[in-house]
Amino acid sequence: MKRGEALLGCAGAAGAFAVCETLSRTGLVPSADLPPASEVLARAVELGGQAAFLDGVAATLQAWAGGLGLACALAVPLGLLLGSVPAANTAARVLIEFLRPVPSVALIPLVSLLLGSGTATTVTLVTYAAVWPILFNTVYGMGETDPVAKDTLRAFGFGRFAVVLRVALPSAAPFIAAGIRISAATALILAVATEILAGFGEGLGIFVAQAGTATDGTRDVLAGVVWAGLLGLVINSLLVGAERRLFPWTPDHRARRA
Amino acid sequence: MTAHMLHIDHLGHRYGVGPPVLADIQLTVPDGQLVTLVGPSGCGKSTLLRCVAGLTRPAEGRVTLDGEPVDRVPDRLGVVFQDYSRSLFPWLTVRDNVSLPLRRQGLGRARRHEEAALMLEQVGLAGTGKQHPWQLSGGMQQRVALARALAARPALLLMDEPFGALDAQTREDLEDLLLRLHREGGLTVLFVTHDIDESVYVGDRVVVLAPGPGHVRADLPVELPPVRDQIATRALPEFTELRAEVGRAVRPAGTATP
Ligand SMILES: Nc1ncnc2c1ncn2[C@@H]1O[C@H](COP(=O)(O)OP(=O)(O)O)[C@@H](O)[C@H]1O
Ligand SMILES: [Mg+2]
Repeated sequence: MKRGEALLGCAGAAGAFAVCETLSRTGLVPSADLPPASEVLARAVELGGQAAFLDGVAATLQAWAGGLGLACALAVPLGLLLGSVPAANTAARVLIEFLRPVPSVALIPLVSLLLGSGTATTVTLVTYAAVWPILFNTVYGMGETDPVAKDTLRAFGFGRFAVVLRVALPSAAPFIAAGIRISAATALILAVATEILAGFGEGLGIFVAQAGTATDGTRDVLAGVVWAGLLGLVINSLLVGAERRLFPWTPDHRARRA
Repeated sequence: MTAHMLHIDHLGHRYGVGPPVLADIQLTVPDGQLVTLVGPSGCGKSTLLRCVAGLTRPAEGRVTLDGEPVDRVPDRLGVVFQDYSRSLFPWLTVRDNVSLPLRRQGLGRARRHEEAALMLEQVGLAGTGKQHPWQLSGGMQQRVALARALAARPALLLMDEPFGALDAQTREDLEDLLLRLHREGGLTVLFVTHDIDESVYVGDRVVVLAPGPGHVRADLPVELPPVRDQIATRALPEFTELRAEVGRAVRPAGTATP
């Protein structure tokens, strides 16, 4: 991000902050419904010092990472297969088009029923939600492989399998990484949402759910939401940074350097 | 008796149900000869080269290399395409690009790097091994592609308009580099170009391919001294005469575009 963009981003956040603060302080919105932004922020900082809360965040992140990792392990090889064997792609198309529109959040009750309300449920749902962007981006990226690059490798005597591993996979890698970044955000939503609906155990979503039932818990709910947003922001910037470092040859990133 | 390494026998091709692209191509190339294949764009030069490389299976006729029919990509083949930026792998360093073909020969890492360094030195790029192709100029990238094509010590080098995308000065430098490597290495080369001057300057023999469907219209020996010079050779009367003859074959009287 360029300096100017960063400044504008900060200005936008500060503006939203000021609006919330004013709405609450002037009594336009009852402060029980919307506590002043400064109080929410102070509470969020305070939570950062509490071991129990941090343990919950760690539990959520663990389920998030486990689900995302599992999704990568499933979706990338499957994407390579579908992207390189047209018959497999055709065979899988109907099933995928059927499963894809099912909102993962709608599966929370079903999976909870089957697996109970624990880490297994969260990881399963996170995995399910995270598989799709990675899978589609892998298949799409494989389709974008330059035929000249493939011919080059073939002309040096490499077979089909080597072409997939040495050309199609690396040239699809930037697409796969973008898919993982999209999945990472969805996975975080699913991790927190599953916890909120499950309602007990340990996690950021549990904290939010329990605060929601407490009298005067709005401030805690919002502080929990601030934490969720912050996690999403940090994860996204880390992944964007990693993409820029790993794939410096993509036109996008090259233009940035110049 | 000279060995006839490459033999193209009654070769014809069409893509699917399209019109014939090549018809009854007959061509024999002795060991160590540098044959230039010249003709207007779309006359089937690349198709012919792909058939020789085993990348495209001809609809009719056959290609034999050292007496062996080409029904897959032959061993000991080097290929240079026009589009170096698409043919070099941007995710690999220059060194790894050059040493890639050597993987097929089961050479260890250290040996591959040694060979790559040697080839890079040959093409005047010593010390660039750790850079990435996209950090180099177009001329340097095509030198890398040439080093890669020669790394596995091919018996046959196929080049498809390799210098077509380069500026005049760089192109002349690379023509001279190719001539030097050819003289020193004694390899057999099939060099496709649409540039009449280049076909005469580089070739031991010029084969003119005419369109509709592609067929051999002329097959002319180049009687110029083997060691050539961009200025002196091009000024020789033999050069101008042959260039005119190739020009007439490429563009017979009456078909010249205004
Ligand atoms: N993969 C392909 N599918 C269908 N037609 C093709 C394909 N490749 C080339 N052609 C056609 O074959 C003809 C010869 O093409 P090509 O061999 O590339 O000619 P050149 O290299 O001399 O310009 C052209 O008319 C081109 O449109
Ligand atoms: Mg061509």
